[in-house]
Amino acid sequence: MELKSELKKCIELAVSDSEVTILDPREDGMHLEAIVISDIFEKMSLIQRHRLVMDAVKQYFNKDLHALSLKIFTKNQFEESSNG
Amino acid sequence: MDEMLKKIKEDIDSNKVILFMKGNRLMPQCGFSARVVYILDELKVDYETRDVLSDESLRSIIKEYSNWPTLPQLYVNKEFVGGCDIVSELYQTGELQKIIGC
Repeated sequence: MELKSELKKCIELAVSDSEVTILDPREDGMHLEAIVISDIFEKMSLIQRHRLVMDAVKQYFNKDLHALSLKIFTKNQFEESSNG
Repeated sequence: MDEMLKKIKEDIDSNKVILFMKGNRLMPQCGFSARVVYILDELKVDYETRDVLSDESLRSIIKEYSNWPTLPQLYVNKEFVGGCDIVSELYQTGELQKIIGC
């Protein structure tokens, strides 16, 4: 399976009721970006949010993945950020 | 290996702000490390850096120490703060300045 879809699947499994988009802004297949939206993040600190997602994908860093930039939102935060 | 872990702990314990990064503050070897260096320089804080590219065991053991798979990694007051994304976000919200106390 392609790396992007594998990452998407892993994050979706770890973060319940989430909407996950994986981007490849540099088009190199190694420095990727994940946008993760879920209300499970509501009561979590920034580091807890990032740890939850990073833990789900950490095995990929030993292989093809060099960097994964994270943008993590609750549904409300995402709506606010896309309106603003 | 135990030696390296001990050294990492000592470094983190004895430096209020320490950045494990690729390259050094004058010549960062990756954009994410460069970004964190830029932020720390903007804050005008004293900080130490360690170059993980100069030592393969440092590079792997720091990831185990923090249980965090990527570099750079910033530590303040002996605690892991985060990598480039988290540091950038904390800086933008003013939270990083509070954590460092500047």
